[in-house]
Amino acid sequence: MNVKACLAALMLAGPASAQGFAGLGTEARDFAVPDPEAALRFPEDHFPHPDYRIEWWYLTANLEAPDGTRYGVQWTLFRSARSPGTAPGWEAEQLWMGHAALTSAEAHRVDERLGRGGTGQAGVERPFAAYIDDWAFASIAPEGADPFSAARLTARGDDFAYDLALRAEGPLVLQGQEGYSVKSPAGQASYYYSQPFYRVEGALSLPGGEVAVTGRAWLDREWSSQPLSENQTGWDWFSLHFADGAKLMGFGLRERDGGHFTSATWIAPDGRPTHYGDGALRLTPLETAEVAGREVPVRWRLELPARGLEVTTEPLNEQAWMGTLFPYWEGPVTVSGSHAGEGYLEMTGYGAE
Amino acid sequence: MTRAGLSALFAHWRRHPLQLAALLLGLALATALWSGVQAINAEARASYDRAAETLGQGALDRLVSDRGLGMAEFTELRRAGYRVTPLVEGRLEVGGRRLSIRGIDPLTAPPGLGTLAIAGDEEALDGLLSEAGLLLVAPETARALSGAEGLPPLRSSANIAQGEAVTDVVTAQRLLGVETLTALVLAPEQPFGLPPLREATEFAYVEGQSGGDLTRLTESFHLNLTAFGLLSFAVGLFIVQSAIGLAFEQRRQTFRTLRALGMPLARLIWLLAGELTGLALVAGTAGIALGYVIAAALLPGVAGTLRGLYGADVSGQLTFDPLWAVSALAIALAGAGLAGAQALWRVARMPLLAPAQPRAWAMASARTLKAQGALAGLLLLTSAGLALFGQGLVLAFACLAALLIGAALALPPLLIAALRALRPLARGPVTEWLLADARQQVPALSLALMALLLALSANIGVGTMVGSFRTTFTGWLDQRLAAELYLTARTPEEAREIRAFAAPQSDAILPIWSVETQIKGQPTQVFGVADHATYRENWPLLSAAPGVWDRLAAGEGLLINEQLWRREGLALGDPIRVTKGLSLPVAGVYSDYGNPAGQLMVGARTLDAAFPGRPRLRFALRLPPEEAPALAREIRDRFGLPAGNLVNQAEVKALSLRVFEQTFLVTGALNALTLGVAGFAILTSLLTLSTLRLPQLAPIWALGVRPQRLGALEVARTLLLAALTWVLAVPVGLALAWVLLAIVNVEAFGWRLPMRLFPADWLWLGLAALGAAALACLWPVIRLTRLPPNRLLRVFANER
Amino acid sequence: MLSARDIHKSYASGGAQVSVLRGVSLEVARGEAVALTGESGSGKSTLLHILGCLDAADRGEITLADQRIDGLGEAARAELRRRRIGVVFQSLNLIPSLDVRQNLAFQARLAGRADAAWQADLAERLGLSEHLDRYPEELSGGQQQRVAIGRAIANRPALLLADEPTGNLDEETAERVLDLLLELARETGAAFLMVTHSARHAARMDRQLTLEQGRLA
Repeated sequence: MNVKACLAALMLAGPASAQGFAGLGTEARDFAVPDPEAALRFPEDHFPHPDYRIEWWYLTANLEAPDGTRYGVQWTLFRSARSPGTAPGWEAEQLWMGHAALTSAEAHRVDERLGRGGTGQAGVERPFAAYIDDWAFASIAPEGADPFSAARLTARGDDFAYDLALRAEGPLVLQGQEGYSVKSPAGQASYYYSQPFYRVEGALSLPGGEVAVTGRAWLDREWSSQPLSENQTGWDWFSLHFADGAKLMGFGLRERDGGHFTSATWIAPDGRPTHYGDGALRLTPLETAEVAGREVPVRWRLELPARGLEVTTEPLNEQAWMGTLFPYWEGPVTVSGSHAGEGYLEMTGYGAE
Repeated sequence: MTRAGLSALFAHWRRHPLQLAALLLGLALATALWSGVQAINAEARASYDRAAETLGQGALDRLVSDRGLGMAEFTELRRAGYRVTPLVEGRLEVGGRRLSIRGIDPLTAPPGLGTLAIAGDEEALDGLLSEAGLLLVAPETARALSGAEGLPPLRSSANIAQGEAVTDVVTAQRLLGVETLTALVLAPEQPFGLPPLREATEFAYVEGQSGGDLTRLTESFHLNLTAFGLLSFAVGLFIVQSAIGLAFEQRRQTFRTLRALGMPLARLIWLLAGELTGLALVAGTAGIALGYVIAAALLPGVAGTLRGLYGADVSGQLTFDPLWAVSALAIALAGAGLAGAQALWRVARMPLLAPAQPRAWAMASARTLKAQGALAGLLLLTSAGLALFGQGLVLAFACLAALLIGAALALPPLLIAALRALRPLARGPVTEWLLADARQQVPALSLALMALLLALSANIGVGTMVGSFRTTFTGWLDQRLAAELYLTARTPEEAREIRAFAAPQSDAILPIWSVETQIKGQPTQVFGVADHATYRENWPLLSAAPGVWDRLAAGEGLLINEQLWRREGLALGDPIRVTKGLSLPVAGVYSDYGNPAGQLMVGARTLDAAFPGRPRLRFALRLPPEEAPALAREIRDRFGLPAGNLVNQAEVKALSLRVFEQTFLVTGALNALTLGVAGFAILTSLLTLSTLRLPQLAPIWALGVRPQRLGALEVARTLLLAALTWVLAVPVGLALAWVLLAIVNVEAFGWRLPMRLFPADWLWLGLAALGAAALACLWPVIRLTRLPPNRLLRVFANER
Repeated sequence: MLSARDIHKSYASGGAQVSVLRGVSLEVARGEAVALTGESGSGKSTLLHILGCLDAADRGEITLADQRIDGLGEAARAELRRRRIGVVFQSLNLIPSLDVRQNLAFQARLAGRADAAWQADLAERLGLSEHLDRYPEELSGGQQQRVAIGRAIANRPALLLADEPTGNLDEETAERVLDLLLELARETGAAFLMVTHSARHAARMDRQLTLEQGRLA
């Protein structure tokens, strides 16, 4: 185990033990636990919830250059509390972790940042900016509007950088039951909402030069203290934009016995969500590829009979491996079948053989 | 059949326990020396890896500021996208011991800043970031600090140098009572698309020191040790070879009988190979134990040497590595196989009915001798050719190898020639016989004598090298470190404060500032020196143009070190381009031992003009030597400077001398061991020969020479051979030293040491060689003089 | 010249004392050639060794040229071997590291009475003149024995002892070696005692003595 693995364990689990993916299956200890009765409030809930152990601001974007070249961009800020509450200065007990990736069919570029809260190196500021170092997801919305309705997204790694403007064309979408997203039959849950309606315009910086891009982006916000059940090993998580303007969020949490605990939200073009509980969405891996020394399913069939949905996803780049502190697969996909479209797939918990 | 055969074979060892002991001891000694040296090398290398982590931090560039740096500056630069990480350094007095504290931010620290100590240790990381904090220290330091008050919990890590503690930046600030940072350290790779940090900040930019390439520096030392190990192993194999050879010869009759009784040859060979393997395993195991003891005994000395010579902190404790033990055992088996292969081959080819000729194996034919001499000549010529025309370290070592092997092979023909040349000096039949007999014994004793030659020449060669090094180096230190105190501040502000503090107590404060630049495509340090008597009177110049110091001060010339001079083949007056706008002629060359890289010196003002705005952190203080320790202590205490940042030249010199004593100790111990092994080789050879020699001695005795006289003659013969071997070893050893000093050193480090001769040492060595030889032949001779007449008469006896 | 009276000698062998000689008395006059025969183990060689000062008797008197030689220490015995006695063994007589010339002269030089003319004469008569620069291992068995005889005679010994000097030689060579021995012994007037198995060789001597179980028959 190297220092990164230690940091990963520390970020998300503390020293106790690493259960499930990145320790997300461990006990909540002194942290707050999501309450199905509590309604989400905005813009307050855009900001950190230090009483909860783990939280993220998670953006993915499917982009296209004028010449038709397709790209995917990921930007994530994780917050992990070593104990509830925020202390000022160096001794802050909130740890922050940023992941940024830029995927094309040929290359998957990744960078990662760590920092402690309170130094000002990383955190979330008002009116709204989530940042670590010079990476930021910062609101550019006019005063009075939802801060998430317009934002600028920036990140910079060893061999890439991007600067994107995001404008929401639809409302925030509450996942699960009014934002209370159940993650296991035993009732583990998190707060979960999304902004899937971003239109994107901006520029990618690559060693070969600048590339102007346009496309669509999806923001996921989630916080909890223990989103996974102890017998869950990881997840396969889809966020798909269909050609007709509808969207689908669907995930399957893999259980140790091989089953999938699934959940899906059908988002109508006007943003109206329909929630489907465990079993409604069926996920079938079609083909695996060897990625970073392990077998990862890269082609999937998704079936949601309630919506007449039967589609197949193909990755833009099979090797979209995030070799970060805790590694996972995250990359853009294209959708074909009963519905055509594009989106992002995240797969976690695939260990090396 | 196998059992019967085995018991017949083993009966031999029961009847000749001495031979068995010689065989086992020889192999055990060979294995012990080899594996002991390997253990020392491995331990030292592991220590460098640990130390590199500590030293690595000095290799990273850093930002410092007059006003002190804090969290705000850290955040500002991080938010601008630069990968910087906070560093807090200082010294703490804990229970009378100095502890160097290094505070880092494990979340942003690049590799090389102490992160290795955290790797693989979740609890360490958790502890570092916890409220109580955590000090990561070497196990030795943890023991020394146990029970100390007011410290955070300690955690041992093998990846931290002794006397150091790595901790979180917060804990470091708390312990040291500071709120600022010592520096912001830059990660080696900065993100894509940002303007260079050097231009983006007003903070002083301090380049990392790249001179600390420990592995390369220490390589020569290890090469020495490895060569010694190999040599000892080779010498040990001589013993094994002679013991195995004897045992096989003496059992010829047994082999023949076994075969005559129907044992197939293949079975016999397998039995013998099996027996050899068993013996090798026993001896190898003993050798490993012995090697461990040798390594454990020598390691503290080696640790001392490396610490002083190269600043590499090597733990004085030996860890047991099973892999090492296995490889040592393998070497023992391989050695026994090598030594026994010839014997097995002879057994395989032995005709069933040939008469026993126990003497034949000990005698080499004149033709063999001639071939050996020719090969030796060829090797020596090759060696000379390589010395004159070879380039590169590998060829330098090939030159050494050819020299040593050639000299060893040349020994028997040369000894025979020498003994022949001595013949006219013989007075009387007994002396004549002595010389003739010695000549005839040379082939039989040649392996042992070669071992002695190698041991003696290695002794002389390494002794000469180490002695030359010491003499030159101490003289050079006197010149080079003429000032009393050398000081490196951590920040410009600190530098100013220390200068202000020290000024009233010093005769002069000489700035020494340097920048790292590229000269002839190689990273080179450029030093700016003040125009002061300290340099004019002392600096160790190898060659210089007239008025060199005036030219330096006037900015009309520069000095280069010997390494750069040799590497680029420069001459005085050649221009060197320092920067785009500055090109100066070489006005002098100075010796710069211990430094692998090139170096330049220009006048302080010249450097200032060429590289404006550089932080000035280093300076030398001149003051009466007796006041230096007190001022050093005051400065250390007042400013909490790390040990490496304030150097008292008297301490450095004392340390260097101690280092050389340690080096002497280690090489001396290995020398004594190899000499001992060579002596043992002589002993076993003589024991082997003692029975075979009876037919040669019996006629002399029968003709009226008393056994006591015969014994004395035997001693004289052995001493004569040892003395002649020593005479030959002196030039070989000097050639070895010359190759080491003038070729290997130049190839490896770029500097050449003048060779000094230490004839008194050779004489002592000669006496030691004679002593070893006398000791080795004592027992065989005593046995000879005690032989009852009928043992001698049996040689002639008709009635058997 | 040589007189031995009541010689006893026993050896420790496998824990028991074995008596090899049990009171042997004999005399050999100057210039006389005496054969000593007997079965294997009868003590011939032991007697020869004792008479040649190579070994000491347990008991008994030995006089050589009017000098008592029994009871002498090794140093005195070594001097007698050097000066008064010449021995020729069956084999391995010669010093392998010395050439024929040196071997021939060795004992005489040890005794301090080297006589170059006599030695050259001897070499001539022994047919060794051609081989003076050769080494023992380069000689045939007969040549080696002739060198051994030459070496013994060169010293003009008072007592010449030979222990099966022709034992390793073929019949023809053996005869010639014996001829030389007898001729040279007579010429120098040495008392000559030879151990032999061969009745024919014994018959050529002036007198024969036979040892049986440690006693003269």
